[in-house]
Formats: sequence, structure tokens, C-alpha cells
Amino acid sequence: MNETARPGAGREEILSLEGVSLWLSGREILHEVSFSLHSGELTGLIGSNGAGKTTIFKVVLGLETPTAGKVLFSGEARPRRNRSIGYVPQSIGLDPDVPLRARDLVALGLDGDRYGIPLPSRGRRQRVDEMLQAVDAQGFADTRVGKLSGGELQRTLIAHALIAEPRLLLLDEPLANLDITSEQEVVGLLASIAKARAIAVLISAHEMNPLLPVMDRVVYVASGRAASGSTEEVVREDVLSALYGHHVDVLHVNGRILVVAGKDEVHHTGPESEHTAVPRGLG
Amino acid sequence: MIAVIAFVNAIFEPGFFTSEPVRVALVVGGAVSLVSAVVGVFTVIRGQSFAGHSMGDLGTAGGSGAFLVGANPLWGFVTFAVLGAGAMELFGARRPRGRDTATGIVLGAGLGIAALFLYLGTTHSNTTGATITILFGSMFVIGTSMIPVFVLLSALALGIVALLYRPLLLSAVSRDIASARGVPVRTVGLLYLLAMAVAVSLSCVTIGAILSTAVLIGPAAAALRLTRRPGLAIAWAAVIGLAVTWLGILLAYDSYYWPPLGRGWPVSFFVVALILAVYVAADLVSRNVARHRGRVVSSAEGPAGVGGRAQPMLSPVAGVD
Repeated sequence: MNETARPGAGREEILSLEGVSLWLSGREILHEVSFSLHSGELTGLIGSNGAGKTTIFKVVLGLETPTAGKVLFSGEARPRRNRSIGYVPQSIGLDPDVPLRARDLVALGLDGDRYGIPLPSRGRRQRVDEMLQAVDAQGFADTRVGKLSGGELQRTLIAHALIAEPRLLLLDEPLANLDITSEQEVVGLLASIAKARAIAVLISAHEMNPLLPVMDRVVYVASGRAASGSTEEVVREDVLSALYGHHVDVLHVNGRILVVAGKDEVHHTGPESEHTAVPRGLG
Repeated sequence: MIAVIAFVNAIFEPGFFTSEPVRVALVVGGAVSLVSAVVGVFTVIRGQSFAGHSMGDLGTAGGSGAFLVGANPLWGFVTFAVLGAGAMELFGARRPRGRDTATGIVLGAGLGIAALFLYLGTTHSNTTGATITILFGSMFVIGTSMIPVFVLLSALALGIVALLYRPLLLSAVSRDIASARGVPVRTVGLLYLLAMAVAVSLSCVTIGAILSTAVLIGPAAAALRLTRRPGLAIAWAAVIGLAVTWLGILLAYDSYYWPPLGRGWPVSFFVVALILAVYVAADLVSRNVARHRGRVVSSAEGPAGVGGRAQPMLSPVAGVD
């Protein structure tokens, strides 16, 4: 792994979850999840659909309250109105007719939670322009949000989240529905944002390989449980087998990591079925 | 000079500007349409057209009930539409599909009650005109005494929309982003429904309960074809709403002199017809602009794909997934 990216001294803890459990309608969705996020680091929240990634996001965003455990921001409880967290949802499903340009969406990141009509100001416009430039979005700044391509929308939403100058940026499956070129662009952009702005970036993904080159830490989620640390510490057969509750193999192929169900689990209907032996780009 | 006067006289039939009912219609009808159009922009953006239509139908129950007990129909419209807004929000909770079903059920109940009230009202007092007034409005019979009430309610609806402008846009983009930023999404939604209920009630009186949806949705839909900017969309909607109503009033006034009837056509008909015409025209304009833009872009865009759009990967290797 990248040496400069190792967790170490000088990095400030931004968020920590301590033994967070969540019960919803009689089911335990999260079981004693603990991890911490640090400034300047990019963390991957890896797990299959239904593993609990989205629920962890909701807990961090304050949209769900944990049944047990603590969520701390820089060591303190979460304030109700939190501008220090930027959030990029997986999809927004905006109609192409909605009169909102990419730059309007970015401006809403600045003050979309405020009441009243905003007065046009030079300072406001300038900040929006700077932000559009930072994510390389000038080319489509005046396009309707509903008409943006997947990669363009992703970059616009990142600018929307970043303009409020959060200390933590959460992205829900930002690489889903992107072609490989846009995927690499978005990953590179997020890595540079984490370093340049010294903020903590948490990216959820069901596929960890696109994130391997830039990921400082991994939080691996399976059936509501999580293991966290560096990739070497977490993505190992003993750790993941314990997490899944049955044996899994971790294979290294050409710099990619494949997590597959063990021999005795031929019919893998469980969460691991997403991590099948065919990686992206190989047939 | 004489030609000009003759031309003006041909457009504005005699007495147009001196008639008291016409002046009230111009002020009240114009204001109401403007408010409806502005509120309607968010109705379209939030995908709540069905709720807007239902409020008109619910208002019918209130309006006919008020007529039955001898009160001003406006109060009936407002009471029922506001109660309906609350019911829709209460039943519909979070799921858009559930919201539609809830709205449909509330709407059906409203129309049933309206049928009963109109039946009772018209059979007792033998005024079939009430049905027409409630369903299709009557801009020329609004008394001057009601003007302050209309102005106050209009200001209330506009005030709510102005206050919630940014949170409404943000929660239309993503409910989750808005909630995470601390926007009380449900309260904002409920307040917006309230503004919509007031706007619809007002246009129930002027343009009619059945046609109120046209004033709410039509100018907004046309405006959305014409601009990409939220502020401009609202401005366009306001202008269109005002223009079609004033022109509708003028045409209705002039139609008293038209053959063969010689007794005038309803304002509501002209307003709705004009809205349709404006929408069709706006749609044609936007298609033309899009085609024109497309040509410019495609000629400027080289084979390398300038313009920021990532080219799709078409290699056979990347295609497997």
C-alpha cells in the first residue's frame, strides 16, 4: 500500500462509531459496529447489497438513531443541524424538465438549508465557480441536472457537498452506474480531495477493486457486522471468514482482490454472492 | 390617429375599462392566477400535480357546502382544501406511491360530498347556476368587499413559497440530502401543501374548481420548457399566468358582442384555451432551441469528444460485466 497514506500521527479523528447496534422492526440491522475516520484519509465502506452500508450512512447522517453505542464527531455528540458532513446519495432521480442547472445545484450546497430567497451576490457566484472548477465541471455548468451523464452528475453532487466545507464527505456507491473511464476519474478526484482539503472521505462500494489504489482504510461490512483497518489487516481469510460466519477465500489476482465463498459453500446465496470470481474487465 | 382609435376600439369593446366587475376581475383574477402559477412551479418540480388536482375537487365539496349554508364559497374552498392537504400528508407519509393512493382516496370522498351538497343546494333553492359557479368559476361576480381577503390569502401563499424556496428545491433534488442538512423535510412539505391549498382555493373561485388545475400546472409547465433556471422559471410562470388571465377576461368581455349568441362566453374557457396554446407554443420553441443547440454542439465537437462528456467505453473487454 501507499506509504504516505498510512494512518498515523498528525491525522485528526473526525468521526468514530463505538459499538453501534441498530434494531429496526425486531431485526438487528447493525451489530456492534466500530470504526473511526481521520482527516486526509479515504476510507472504503465495502460490502454487498443489504450488508448494512446504507444503514451505517443513515446513522452517521443522523437519519437513524442507534439502539446502542455512540456516534462521535471529533469526540463530541452529533449536533442536529450538521453542516460539517457532506453527503452524496447514490441517485437523485431528478426529472430532466426540472429547471436546475449544475451550477444551481452546487449553489444549493452552499445555502440550500436556509429560508428565504437568496440575493444574487458576486461572492456567492465566485464560490460556485471555484467549486465547479475544482471538480472540473465548467463544461456542463449550465446543463440541466436531469440531463447530466452519470459521471457529470457525480462530480456535480461532489461539488454540491464540498462547497459547504464539510470535514467529512460521505458518498453512497458513487461508482455504481459509471463507465470505467468516469469511475477512474471520480476515484482520482476523491483521493485528491481528501488529501488537499484534509477532510475524511467515506465511500461505500460493493466492489473494492476500483478503490484499492487510493483507499487508506477499509471498513468491511457483512450481515450487519464490520471489521476495519488497513486493507492488509482486514481483507484476510481469517478476518472475513469470522465476519461472514463461514469460510471465504481471499484471492490476489493481478493486483485485484477477490473474495469468494469457500469450497463448502457452492450455492452462495448469501451476501458474498456479489463478490463472484469474475472481476470487472475480465471475462 | 383615427385608425389607431378604431383599432383600440375593435380590441377593447366599449366600457371595458369603466366596468366595475371587469376591474375587479382584472385585479383579483390576475393576482390569483399569478399566485397559482408561482406555486405551481414547485407542484410540477415536486411531482404533486395529482395532489393539486385533488385539492380542486376537495374544494368543490367545501364550496358547495358553503353555498348550501349561505356562506361565501371561498371559505368553503379554503377550509376543505387545507383539511385535504393535512389528510394527504398524514396518510401519504413517505412513499410517493402511497401518497398517490392516499390522495386518490381523499379526492374520491371529496367529490362524493360535493355531489351531495350540490344536489341538496340546487333541489332546495332551485338555483342550478350554483353548480356552474362552483365548478367553472365566475370572475365577474366577485364583490369589491372580497378584494382584501383575496390579497391577504395571495400574500400568504406567495410568502410561504418565498420562505421555503431553497429547502423546497433541495428536498426536490434529494430528500436525504435535505434531511441530513437539517431541513425539516416533512414540515416543509406540509407547509408547501398549505400554500398549494390556498392557491387552489383562490383559483376555484375565479376560474372554477374543475379548471383550477390548469391554472396551477399550465403556466408552470410552459415556463419549465422555456428556461433552465429556477428563478426565471418562476418569473415566466407568473408572467404567463397573468397574461392568459387578462387576455381571457378581455376576450370574454368582447365575446358579448360576438355572433351568433350575443351573450358572452365564460372567462374560464378562454383562460384554459390560452394556457393550452401557450404550452404548445413553449414546447415548440424549446424543441427548436434544442435542435438548434444540438447542431451547434455536434459541429463544434470534434471526434475526440470535446465538451466534457466522458465517452462510453466500447471495447469488448470493458463491455463484460
